[in-house]
Amino acid sequence: MRWYWIDKFIEFESGKRAKSVKNVSLAEEHLHDHFPGFPVMPGSLMIEGMAQTGGILLGEHFKFEYNVILAKVPKVTFHSWACPGDQLIYTADLQDAKPEGGSVTVTAKVGDRLVADAEIVFVHLNSSDPQLSRIDQKNFVFRMNLLDILTVGKAGSGEQPAAS
Amino acid sequence: MPSADEIYEKVRDTLVDALGVDDDEVTPKATLIGDLGAESIDFLDIVFRLEKNFDIKIPRGELFPENLATADSGFVADGKVTTDGLAQLRTKMPHADIDSFAKDPVVAKLSGLFTVDMICKFVAARLK
Repeated sequence: MRWYWIDKFIEFESGKRAKSVKNVSLAEEHLHDHFPGFPVMPGSLMIEGMAQTGGILLGEHFKFEYNVILAKVPKVTFHSWACPGDQLIYTADLQDAKPEGGSVTVTAKVGDRLVADAEIVFVHLNSSDPQLSRIDQKNFVFRMNLLDILTVGKAGSGEQPAAS
Repeated sequence: MPSADEIYEKVRDTLVDALGVDDDEVTPKATLIGDLGAESIDFLDIVFRLEKNFDIKIPRGELFPENLATADSGFVADGKVTTDGLAQLRTKMPHADIDSFAKDPVVAKLSGLFTVDMICKFVAARLK
């Protein structure tokens, strides 16, 4: 499985706010164990999606100069849950952005229903930093071609081109 | 300019939010790492929150200097911070209680310089 926990961005205001979509699908293996007969999106993976949304917002602000690492989740509250067929919208607002790191606040909603909200702190590491190799790759916000998500939608909407 | 008590209360609330500690655990003498369980990542979070709560700017390394008295800094001998090293600490951390540390300047106790009181003094100096 590839470590993409958002499907595409629907709004991107550089240095301020990003909105992404995560479509929850029964095709996702883990939903059959979480939980048998009651499939709901695991909270931990929702945090991952919120961090990917906020992390790319922070990274883009510095033109992807730094490796953005999910460092800390000071606060997260789950108000509700998301089931297969639900479309989660993650909205991240950039709170702090410094050369050493940054922070975001993020909400997760299905329609008007608030599912979760969180504060997330990221740190930056330069590629030359000796600490880099000691960090679990899963903590990287951009690696594993995650930035491909920014290009989703460039294939077009799929509508038939107008007949010429 | 807020009073010392007002600054202390805000610093306490900041640490409660950043570290998830109870407010009665936060005392002026409490050390961030030893008593309040802060890890390196938390320092950045604390800086972000202080900047917001007090509307101040805290440049990197000013509140929490990095690479203090590391092995290759030239300020450590036999596991203790040297006299030159102590002078350096006084310059870099004017709000920390270097006098008490200097009585037994073992490197392992360096993290004890980061106290709640040090943050309050730093913020007070910034607000002047």
